[in-house]
Amino acid sequence: MGLPTNQLALSGVLTALAAIFSYVEALIPFGFGVPGIKLGLANVVIVFALYSMGSGFALLISVVRILVVSSLFGSPAIALYSLAGALLSLAVMVPLRKTGKFSMIGVSMAGGVFHNIGQLVVAALVVETFQMLYYFPVLLIAGMVTGILIGVIVTRVSRTLEGKITVL
Amino acid sequence: MKNKEKKNKFWGMTKADILLGLAFLLAGAFCFGGLIYLNQQPAGQLEVKVAGEIKAIYLLSEDQEVTLKELGENTFQIRDGVVEMVHADCPDQYCVHHRPISKNGESIICLPNQVVITIRGGEEPVVDGTTN
Repeated sequence: MGLPTNQLALSGVLTALAAIFSYVEALIPFGFGVPGIKLGLANVVIVFALYSMGSGFALLISVVRILVVSSLFGSPAIALYSLAGALLSLAVMVPLRKTGKFSMIGVSMAGGVFHNIGQLVVAALVVETFQMLYYFPVLLIAGMVTGILIGVIVTRVSRTLEGKITVL
Repeated sequence: MKNKEKKNKFWGMTKADILLGLAFLLAGAFCFGGLIYLNQQPAGQLEVKVAGEIKAIYLLSEDQEVTLKELGENTFQIRDGVVEMVHADCPDQYCVHHRPISKNGESIICLPNQVVITIRGGEEPVVDGTTN
């Protein structure tokens, strides 16, 4: 693709970081008391990449991370859920960011909500039980909470790293 | 970083963020309310088929007695979300002896008159168990 070396290196590092975040998260249960809900630490990397490198890199890192993590620790079924969530989440975050009206926290919040919606829709299709959608309000609120937390983390990280790494 | 100028104490949160958040909360509350409403009052319907063709649909929530005159005569009664065949002019009377139906997917069939009445979208049938 003819990427400049610094972008290539940074996207490699970020992909590895996202993959290891997924692994660490599986080791340490960040229980919210509701099954199926987790913080989604890897999304810190995705939101960071979206802001510092652009939507193309965020998509690339997200997809590669899911393929790596699901082939190492998961299964194709898990990859399907993850991909649905990640793609829908990015599909919402990219245009929201472009409007320029939302902060990282707002964008991340929407990303969190739509990540869960994507997964829920796939789950409902796979199980062919639309009763699954009863879980929607719970997942919506959970997506908001985790999205906001991730937005806060990325905001802090970005400020700390401001000027310290050079991309583009 | 482009949003340098937005440095304030709420991590640069904007009005649009708050509005979006409120919209999500509203959507969540709306869905929650809607689901509770649906749970309380299953919007069940009774589908009436004669010779494979849908002839009529009745709401389970409305108590009524309907007499159907097609190939033969069948009378069924809807009361408290339960449907029962009360009269039929068929020779075998199987449909009249069929136990009352109330759950989604259950049906009473009168073969001689080619009448099938089925509950759609009502109370879910009880599942014995699920497994992963």
